[in-house]
Order: sequence, then structure tokens, then C-alpha cells
Amino acid sequence: MTAPTQSVERSAVRQAWRPNILKRAPVRLAVIGICVLWSLPTVGLFVTSFRNPRDITTTGWWEALFAPFREAQWTLQNYQTVLGTEGMGNAFLNSLIVTIPSTAIPITIAAFAAYAFAWIRFPMRGVLFAVVVGLLIVPLQMSLIPILRLYGDLGLYGTFLGIWLAHTAFGLPLAIFLLYNFISQLPRDLFESAAIDGATHFQTFIRIVLPLSVPALGAFAIFQFLWVWNDLLIALVFLGVGAEQQVMPTALNVLVGNRGEQWHILTAGAFLTMLLPLIVFLLLQRAFVRGILAGSVK
Amino acid sequence: MSDAIAAKGRETTLSRWLMPLAGIIGLVVLVVGLRVLADPLAGQNLLANIYDLLGNEAGADQLRRNQGDLLLAKILLAFVALIVGVGGVWLLYTGMSAIVGLFSPRLQERIIPWVFIVPALLLLTMYLIYPTIATLVASFTDGTRGDPLRHYRELTTGPFLALFRNNLIWLVVGTAGSVGLGLLIAGLVDRVRREALAKTFIFLPVAISLVGASVIWRFVYQWRPEGQAQYGLLNAVWTSVGFDPVPWIQTAPINTFALIMIFVWIWTGFAMVVLSAAIKGVSVEVIEAARLDGASERQIFFGVIVPIIKGSIITVATTIAIAVLKIFDIVYVMTGGRFDTDVVANRMFLEMFQFFNDGRAAALASVLFIAVLPLMIINVRNLRRQGVGA
Repeated sequence: MTAPTQSVERSAVRQAWRPNILKRAPVRLAVIGICVLWSLPTVGLFVTSFRNPRDITTTGWWEALFAPFREAQWTLQNYQTVLGTEGMGNAFLNSLIVTIPSTAIPITIAAFAAYAFAWIRFPMRGVLFAVVVGLLIVPLQMSLIPILRLYGDLGLYGTFLGIWLAHTAFGLPLAIFLLYNFISQLPRDLFESAAIDGATHFQTFIRIVLPLSVPALGAFAIFQFLWVWNDLLIALVFLGVGAEQQVMPTALNVLVGNRGEQWHILTAGAFLTMLLPLIVFLLLQRAFVRGILAGSVK
Repeated sequence: MSDAIAAKGRETTLSRWLMPLAGIIGLVVLVVGLRVLADPLAGQNLLANIYDLLGNEAGADQLRRNQGDLLLAKILLAFVALIVGVGGVWLLYTGMSAIVGLFSPRLQERIIPWVFIVPALLLLTMYLIYPTIATLVASFTDGTRGDPLRHYRELTTGPFLALFRNNLIWLVVGTAGSVGLGLLIAGLVDRVRREALAKTFIFLPVAISLVGASVIWRFVYQWRPEGQAQYGLLNAVWTSVGFDPVPWIQTAPINTFALIMIFVWIWTGFAMVVLSAAIKGVSVEVIEAARLDGASERQIFFGVIVPIIKGSIITVATTIAIAVLKIFDIVYVMTGGRFDTDVVANRMFLEMFQFFNDGRAAALASVLFIAVLPLMIINVRNLRRQGVGA
């Protein structure tokens, strides 16, 4: 029996066993209630970010929803302020500069390593792989002090190169582990026939392993992208809060410190930091779920 | 046939020398690019040099004084960064493989696996293995004045015990809250139509950074003195049912729970997704059999389904427990550890950057390491047994 028919059959059975409508009403209400409750905080932030500063502090954001057509209360000024004078535009660029290489580099390095661990024989392979997986247990707090000192000596503090390497290294154990699990499951025949055709390992990797591993690579990419984009700790420690290099989470944190009660700025700033991850999440939810399911160790 | 072989021969002689050459050029470009990017003011300096070449000395001067076309400098840097960062790694492997390709096949076979794994091993050694040892050593030697256990002994006194108490509250409430709610919601959404839509609502906060979530909830917890308009959602509801407004963030011990709520809000979605997948895997026959025996829906869920998916529940719980123990962002952004809400990871950060007591920070990190260790071992074992792949 093939998997799809099985699942159709399963859901049909499930459907048949669901209790009748009357009995189901409380469950439906509960689910709707939970969904509303879960979304309210975010909706509040979103609505507030478009309101006039004066309205924000005199009436609750929910009151704006009851009179949505009172146009004077809506404004885009908050976003203009945050992007311009508060430096969020700059932080957005910095976040992109940090995040894209910090996603691409570990995937590349991990894929090569995972292929070697899975399909090439070499001395100490088992020991080295065990060490790599074993490093999953190290919380990154253990690395902060020595690496910070090292960066001081090497002049890497506050540089993009420094933070890429840090994110790359911290992401590697999980990346190698997940990609190894996937790549080692590829059929052996592929590699045998590639070897017979005289392909080098590099060619085999580029032409066979990479194209076949796209689902695993993609899942990890989304995972790592969100992790790096949302990271505060590593950015604070290795990039610092200097206006030149700050990324979105550090910039938002600075806003909280300086503009603690100015909610028109805070809400707009917070929403900007969430924008890209939310788009990625909503577009690639299925791949993201795969990544989360597989990457639940970090 | 022979043509093909001849063509292949020509191709190999050509690529035999061209590829390594390209590889060497690539490595040089990579090294130069890295030199440029290792400069905190890389963007400005790069654009200033270009302006010098173009004869725009005024523009170059301005940039060197941190003025002028800074946005352009940033965008230029972004491009260089992407090319060097993303392309550079590929050049590295291509170049190395090409150089190895010059050796005899037997030698190649022995060298190539190391070309593939050495970059990973170097980074792991530099960023994880060496620092772990250095941090452990520092916790016994840095600023201990000849008394190796000094930091650890201090951690068992007064204010530091509050850290561990708070971390323990976080561990219990945060883990139980996320897993419990996640399990409950997973069970509920399994029985409604539009399940995927409902799940999206609950799962969405996973994509939001802890800093962003902290701002969202700071607004929910916003407090105004009595008599003023309560525009924070929680106090608005709280006062509308007749209570006095409460400064949730400043009031211990309720504030720690208010912070944990943020964590639960984010992680419940994760627990729900994993547990929902597990519930879907429970065989229909088993559930049917229980129904025929006259079990109620609740009995089926807690008596049949939950025991079957126990393994997944443990995996989810350990994963969340690890995240809870390392919690930093929420506390740092919401209170900075004040109002009796401090936790180990936040305190470690403060020791590093505010009190400049690296030895004590190292001891705190080591405590965290030891606390996470058993959970992580359970987790890695679980994952290896299941052979979970993406």
C-alpha cells in the first residue's frame, strides 16, 4: 500500500469517528478561543505601530479596532521615524549582511563534512564523528569569554567576519549531524556507479549529493536563518551595540532601553524586526516544520 | 567512441592545469576579501579607496571621517560580504579539490576526505573545544587568588542562590507550561476542521525573536498608575473586573511568571507541532478498540494516546528544558535581571560586561554546562535512536 492512499484512508476513518456536531462545538470554540488569545499580543503590537503617539497612550489599541474609520488616528510616521533617525534601516542591512553568509557558510561546510563522514573511508572517521555530535552538548555560553578574548587579539571584534565565523561554528554540530543522517541514507548504488564512471569525490558531491539533499539543506537553511536573524546574545557579545554594526535584535534592545515608554517607536521597531522571519515562516511553513522537527536539539 | 576518449583526454589536460590555477586565484581572492572584511570600517574604507581611484578625493576624505555616502558604503560592503562569504567558501573547496587533483589517484583518495572535513574540524576546535576547556579552567583559576573553588563557593551564597531558584522555577513552569499546553492544543486541533490554519496561529510566534516577543509582551503588561488609562491589555482586563492595576514586571514573584509566559507563548507552538505529528502516528485501530470498550474521548486521549506518544513527549520536554535553562534574551530585555528576576545566563552576561569578573562568569557558564549535560545526552541519544533526518 502506498503512503498517500493510506493517509487518505486514515483521515476518512478519523473523520467517521469524530463525534457529531453538537458534541464538537465546545472543542471548536476552545480552539478558536485559543487561537484568538494566542494572536492578541501580536495584533496589539501591529495595530499600535500604525497609531498616533497621542492615541496610543490615551486609549487601548482595541478601541481603535472599534472605530477603524477614524482616519486621524492612523499614521505611517512611526515607521519613518524608526527606519530613519532610529537607525533600523541600517540595522536591517546589517542583519542581512550577518544572516545570509551565516546561513550559507555552515551549510556548505557541513555538507562537505557530512558527505565525507558518510561515504569516504578514512582513519578515525568514527571517533571524529562522535566528537562532532558530542559537541551538541556544549551551550554556547561556554565559548563566549575565550572567543571574545581571542577576537580582541585578532582584531575580529565588531567585524562581520567575526560574527559569521561564530555563527558558522555554533551551527556546525547540528548541521553536520542532520545532513549526515540524510546523506548517509542515500542509496549506495549511486556512489558505486559514480565511482565506476571515474567521478572524483568532489564531482560526486556536486552532481549527486547536493541535488539530492535539497530538502535537508533547505530545512536546515530556514532553521539557521531564523536562528541567526533572531539571535541577540551572539550579536551583543561579538558585534556590540555600536550604531555602525548593530543588527535588528540589538537595535530593538537599544530602543527598549532608550525609548522605554515611547510605544509608537517600539512597536514599529519590533514589527520591522519580525517582518522578514514572518514572511519566511508563512511562505515556507512546511519546510520550516521539517527543520524544527529534525533540529529540535539546539 | 575514440573521438570521445580523445576529447575527454584534451579536456582533462586542459582542466588539469586550468582548474588548479583558478583554484589558486580563488584562494588569493578569498584571503584578500577576508582581510578587507576583518576591518570594522570595511565599507567606508573600501568605498574611500574606490573614490581615490576615481579621483573623487573629497568624497574619500568624507568617508574616512565617517561622513558622506555611508549608505552606499554599507550596500557595497553587503555585496562584498555576500560574494566573499558565500562564494569564498565554495572557492575554498573548489580550489583545494583542484589542487589535490594534481596528485596521484592513490594520494588523492587519502587526502580528499581531510579536505572535506578539516574546515569543519578547525572551526569546531577553535569555537567549541578550546573555549570549553578554557572556560572550565578559568572558572578555577581566573581571579580566584589561589583558592580554586572560590567562585563556586561564592555561588552557593546569598544573592546567587536566587539565580538558581529562578532558573528552577523557569525550568519547571516553562517546560511544563509549554509541553502541557502544546499537548492539549495538539489534542484539540486534531478534532477540528481547518486544523492547519489553527496550528499556524499557535505556531507563528516560533518565528518571532525573543527580543521582539519581549516587546510584544511588555506592551501587554504595560502599567499606568491608578486613575490613568490602562492601555496595556492585561491591566485593562484586570481593572475592568474591579482590581487595582498591577505593575506586573516590577512585582516579585509574579514577574518571573510573567516572563515565563513569554517563553511559553513561543515554545507551545513547537511542542504542539511535534506532538501533533506524534498523535497522527497513533494507529487508528487502537483508538477504535478503546472506543468500542466504551472509553470517553478524554479517557482515550490521556489513557491511550498519551502513553503511546510518551517518547515524543520526553524529546520535546528535554529540548524545551535545555532552551529554558539557557534563557537569556527575555530576562535581559524585560528587566535586565532586576526586580528579583535574574537567571544564570543573564547574570553571566552581566559578570562579563558590567562587573568584568570573567572568572565568576566562567563558573556560571560551567554550572549551566553541567545542568544541560544530562538533558542533552538524553536528547542526542533519542535522536540517534530514532535516526531522525530532515
